[in-house]
Amino acid sequence: MWNWFHRLGAPKSFYEISGYLVPLLGTLAALTLLTGVVWALAFVPADYQQGNTVRIMYIHVPSAIVAQSSYMMMAIAGIVFLIWRIKLADVALECAAPVGATLTLLALATGAIWGKPTWGTWWVWDARLTSTLVLLFLFLGVMALRSAMSGRESAGRASAMLAIVGLVNLPIIKYSVDWWFTLHQPSSLSLMKKPAMPPEMFIPLLVMVLGFYLFFFAIWMMRIRAEILEREQRTGWVRELLAGEHAR
Amino acid sequence: MSALFATVGRDLRLHFRRPADVLNPLAFFLIVISLFPLGIGPAPETLAGIAAGVIWVAALLSLLLSIDTMFRSDYEDGTLEQMILGRQPLLLLVLGKLIAQWLVSGLPIAVLSPLFGMMFFLSSDGIKAIVLALLLGTPTLVLLGAIGGALTLGLRQAGLVLSIIVLPLYVPVLILGTAMVDSAVSGLGYTGHMLWLGALLLFCLALAPVATQFSLKIAISH
Repeated sequence: MWNWFHRLGAPKSFYEISGYLVPLLGTLAALTLLTGVVWALAFVPADYQQGNTVRIMYIHVPSAIVAQSSYMMMAIAGIVFLIWRIKLADVALECAAPVGATLTLLALATGAIWGKPTWGTWWVWDARLTSTLVLLFLFLGVMALRSAMSGRESAGRASAMLAIVGLVNLPIIKYSVDWWFTLHQPSSLSLMKKPAMPPEMFIPLLVMVLGFYLFFFAIWMMRIRAEILEREQRTGWVRELLAGEHAR
Repeated sequence: MSALFATVGRDLRLHFRRPADVLNPLAFFLIVISLFPLGIGPAPETLAGIAAGVIWVAALLSLLLSIDTMFRSDYEDGTLEQMILGRQPLLLLVLGKLIAQWLVSGLPIAVLSPLFGMMFFLSSDGIKAIVLALLLGTPTLVLLGAIGGALTLGLRQAGLVLSIIVLPLYVPVLILGTAMVDSAVSGLGYTGHMLWLGALLLFCLALAPVATQFSLKIAISH
């Protein structure tokens, strides 16, 4: 088990293994997303209250879910890096932040687009919107700290530390914002409460969530591969690889 | 234990020998909260409504300003390195620095807050609540901010990066602190808020100095 773990942690073997995984994940993601989108846009019945606007949910909910778990995965990569000093974990952390931030932004944007026809306003200081906004700030913080530091080793350790501090704080922030919402908002927002969804709406949503996860993993892995090449550009195996590419 | 008190004493002495470090954040705080009536209008009922939020936000910002310089001089003259290498546990020294930092930044704001409350026409119940809220909340802010202060040591735009990484972490304290004052103004009890602020403080007191200690070691290593 540990042997395998360390082998996967070596940049070269990760690069080789992920070379097979990326096309597989990418194809699966494309297929799942295509199925999900066609299903959600064309075949799912319109909501009896929200009409066709409900279809925005099929992008909004998956991007929000995957954005949250990408923060968690980023922080776990940080823990792995701080404890075992596996360089690959640092690469993974660096590459997860922009993807996670983009997904968070997508969740906020689709939420605003859905809010306009449904609530009549682009933005509400609702608990979930606000905690998603704070999640975006946490991603931006990790990215800002990393880009401000020059040494790669210390930048990696500092951003890992920050990601872990953020992970510990995330539930506290989330609960405090939920609580703030219940204190301040008028009851008109109770339509935020999830309706019990019929299965013909719920299953395509699950397909979309799966598709977003696959998409995230594919993009994450692609970024990690590119970053490995950049960091290891002076090593023998990358030179050989590049020479092989040139010869072709 | 004596190392802890020695650090508190040393840092306080350093602060009082450079009074500007202590007074400038307070002046900043006062100026920020005076800008709000100028921008929003002097109507007492409007100001009383936003009082808690304005005082809390200004407190967050001025605390960040003073935290920005918290480790810097020790970092630049090599004292920090000696603290890490020395025989005393670094955790105690960090804790001492945190206590001294709160005594010169958080405590003055809490003590002066009745004055600011009156400037904003806060009721006497509200004033009592904001003093208690700041007394319980500002130590948490110093504890969390110190992690950021340690992580951003030696960076070119340290202050800016510090605000970006620390302010999102301040959200729970801000929410609880303002809610506590609002609840007191509307005549409701606020024991629950106080207990929550106290719980956050204890939680941060247990974990944040450890994180700060690690972050300082990272900062020294580059």
